Amino acid sequence: MNLLGKLNWSAIPFDQPIIMGASGGVVLAIIVILSWVTLKGYVPYLWREWLTSVDHKRIGIMYIVLALIMLLRGFADAIMMRAQQALAAGGAHGYLPPEHFDQIFSAHGTIMIFFMAMPFVIGMMNFVVPLQLGVRDMAFPTLNSVALGLTASGILLINISLAVGEFSKAGWVAYPPLSELQFSPGVGVDYYLWALQISGVGTLMTGINFVATILKTRAPGMIYMRMPVFCWTSLAANLLIVAAFPVLTATLAMLLLDRYLGFHFFTVDGQGNAMMYVNLFWVWGHPEVYILVLPAFGIFSEVVSTFSGKPLFGYRSMVAATMSICVLSFIVWLHHFFTMGASANVNGFFGVMTMIIAVPTGVKVFNWLFTMYGGRIRFTVPILWSIGFMVTFVIGGMTGVLMAVPPADFQLHNSLFLIAHFHNVIIGGTVFGLMAGYNYWFPKAFGFMLDERWGRASFWCWLIGFYLAFMPLYALGLMGMTRRMQHYDVASWQPWLVVAAVGVVVILAGIVSQVIQLVVSIRDREKLKVTADPWNGRTLEWAIASPPPAWNFAVLPQVTDVDAFWKKKQRERTQAQPSKERKFEPIEIPKNSATGFITAFFAVVTGFALIWHIWWMAGAGAIGIFLTMLAFAFRNEEEIKIPAEQIAGFEQARHAEIAV
Amino acid sequence: MRYGLLAVVLIGAATLGGCTEGVLDPKGPIAFANREILLNSLGIMLAIVIPVILAILGVAFWFRASNERARYRPDFAYSGRLEMLVWSIPAMTVFLVGGVAWVGAHDLSPRKPIASSVKPLRVQVASLDWKWLFIYPDQGIASVNQLTIPVGTPVSLELTSSGVMNSFFVPQLGSQIYTMAGMITRLHLQADHSGTYRGFSAQFSGEGFSDMHFDADVVTNEKFAQWLDSVRSAGPSLDATTYPELAKPSASVAPFTYRAVAPGLFGSILVSEMQSDDAICRSYPTSMRAEK
Repeated sequence: MNLLGKLNWSAIPFDQPIIMGASGGVVLAIIVILSWVTLKGYVPYLWREWLTSVDHKRIGIMYIVLALIMLLRGFADAIMMRAQQALAAGGAHGYLPPEHFDQIFSAHGTIMIFFMAMPFVIGMMNFVVPLQLGVRDMAFPTLNSVALGLTASGILLINISLAVGEFSKAGWVAYPPLSELQFSPGVGVDYYLWALQISGVGTLMTGINFVATILKTRAPGMIYMRMPVFCWTSLAANLLIVAAFPVLTATLAMLLLDRYLGFHFFTVDGQGNAMMYVNLFWVWGHPEVYILVLPAFGIFSEVVSTFSGKPLFGYRSMVAATMSICVLSFIVWLHHFFTMGASANVNGFFGVMTMIIAVPTGVKVFNWLFTMYGGRIRFTVPILWSIGFMVTFVIGGMTGVLMAVPPADFQLHNSLFLIAHFHNVIIGGTVFGLMAGYNYWFPKAFGFMLDERWGRASFWCWLIGFYLAFMPLYALGLMGMTRRMQHYDVASWQPWLVVAAVGVVVILAGIVSQVIQLVVSIRDREKLKVTADPWNGRTLEWAIASPPPAWNFAVLPQVTDVDAFWKKKQRERTQAQPSKERKFEPIEIPKNSATGFITAFFAVVTGFALIWHIWWMAGAGAIGIFLTMLAFAFRNEEEIKIPAEQIAGFEQARHAEIAV
Repeated sequence: MRYGLLAVVLIGAATLGGCTEGVLDPKGPIAFANREILLNSLGIMLAIVIPVILAILGVAFWFRASNERARYRPDFAYSGRLEMLVWSIPAMTVFLVGGVAWVGAHDLSPRKPIASSVKPLRVQVASLDWKWLFIYPDQGIASVNQLTIPVGTPVSLELTSSGVMNSFFVPQLGSQIYTMAGMITRLHLQADHSGTYRGFSAQFSGEGFSDMHFDADVVTNEKFAQWLDSVRSAGPSLDATTYPELAKPSASVAPFTYRAVAPGLFGSILVSEMQSDDAICRSYPTSMRAEK
């Protein structure tokens, strides 16, 4: 019995210069950052203020930091794929062998969906939703920290696969039988499965937490129909998480049983049925698309309304549209595989349902249009992203509806047309939304603006780069080029792929601009300093200091309208300011907890051990998680009290600052 | 307006299609009908989408904060009539395209035989790692990575896989369909013009996937008969002893033919994948098949 299971030195690909270079660079960067942090003496600060924090704002920011790092990793994969396909025409086979190329496209999809878009969206919701609801924290603050920890564990595992062993070569959807032991005997699929299982549990925790927070903890007077639209879309997205993620967990668990214990759920033999996996995967997968895009819709609603200086047009319509998308998203999954050979009635039904879901989406676009109509639009960076989104997204939506027509899909399925379509909606929808939100709420989170000029440069590079990179893929799809080709022998495809590669370089310029924007803004933070309400906002988060104190609201706000803060500003303008002395009461806020961090540590240990079949270590890790939970359950105090004087002092200083 | 847009689309498509071999350059009735549906749906939607894009850009530009002439209406947040319009425009569009989808799904169902006075040619297709096996059961021959069919004759395909899932696709002849182990899918295609068209797997299936393509040779009836004769006169034969050799994973296999095929071989590919060491698992419930 080997103490280290399947793990030995041959797991590290010393003979692959590209992989060793990349992973060596990553390891070096981590060592440099860690030693810098240690030498500077930042470790206690990081531990106290961030890693053990259960403050929703800090957790949100940490999620977004993770997402931005993973954006770089996933984008590096994208550049490598585009370069490979631009080169590997005719007899050429490019610079990546199939074995490496297959890992890269699998990693790109997995990382971008699960470890870039998801944490980004969740981070955004974490930071904004409690502030907009006018409350002091999430319903379950420590659970929130554990969820972050588990997401980070998944991210760590998937990055370990770069250096130790390999990643899945079965695509980000990991369809069996290809992902079964018979055809993928290596550890790659196991890395994929355990990374997703662990982070999936975290995501489910987040979903439960948000649903509880939004349903049960809102500021006094904030009835459902006074919630900001971002809270509505977050509610919808989290209801989807709660309903859909267990399906993914169960599906991947069945594949794990096949791989680890010789079950036959999806195998070729023993009556396994791979199409059951495909169905179940997309029963999760299609709601997932809306989990990603609904919060982005919420961000656009906030941004368009704020910078048009108008309430959102058709608020009720927007809510109705959001909730109908939430329900409908569960009955469209089969459009991901019309080509399975189902009967015409089945294909027809799912085709029509898919189009029906486009109706509420179309309504949203019109409502944003009418929100701008009659407005006074300030062309800031967030609104640029929003307008870029509207134009781009209707194109992506249109090609989506096109592929919902079964006979058209028979010709376009799995082609680069499909790739262009879903990048069109995920980049044009989710990523643009997240960028808008990042620029919009950054001053709230840190108390200074992001540099406007570099922000604009980034937007234009992303927008132009996107069109250059993905419009050629639509053409290539119509020309019959299918996805995931390591090389091809049709010379006429190459010019289009070269254009697409150029587009990726332009997007890279956009990402570089974003990095510069951040660096420049931090350098000039004193010049860019802002007070509570830099954008003339409408919702409650703009009523409090930037960055908000740990307790968010010194006094819980009374909500009387949809745009609560806007109405308050109007009232104060018309009525004379009552100069009464405000009285503060002590506030209890949740105490820091290392539970999340320690759970994450043991989760990584357990996951890594399971991947490499190191059974004793997996058991030890699982026991560690259990003991951590037990210790948390027996905690003596869970809250600390902030004295009224401290709150009064903070508020006084803040008002003095505004007065100056 | 609609026709104008349609014309724009068609011209765009034609310039694109002129220099390609893809789905916009159909060579048979199924591919032709697919393209027609694709372009019709696109036309219907562009009629809405293009004005919407122009409206977004126009409204955003006109209502810029610096435009003195634009009227600021800070309280314009609801209008029953506009709401009505906002819901009905997408609903009407979807009603139209949904109709196209429903009718199209039935007319072009891959299972539906092509109406023709010519007797269809039966071909059994099996995707192996990483090559295509085509069995002509009525002719008793088989070929690898080469599908030869007569022009103007409906081809009735039965498809399965030896293991990993693939998707059989000849864009210029029409619809693709999955090949799945232990299951049969059906597809009906026809070519109306002679020529050689590119066929390939459209579902990623592992390391040799990029080379998993074949030529669909569409020839005249006389040439087809000649081809059959030449195939029958030479080459190995495919049976229970030579099949396992063929089924071993291999990539970029040059096309070749089998002069004879053991009857029932296709059925055995189908069945062998379902068997396990467990004797209880011999029967395969019909409900689990792709086709009832």
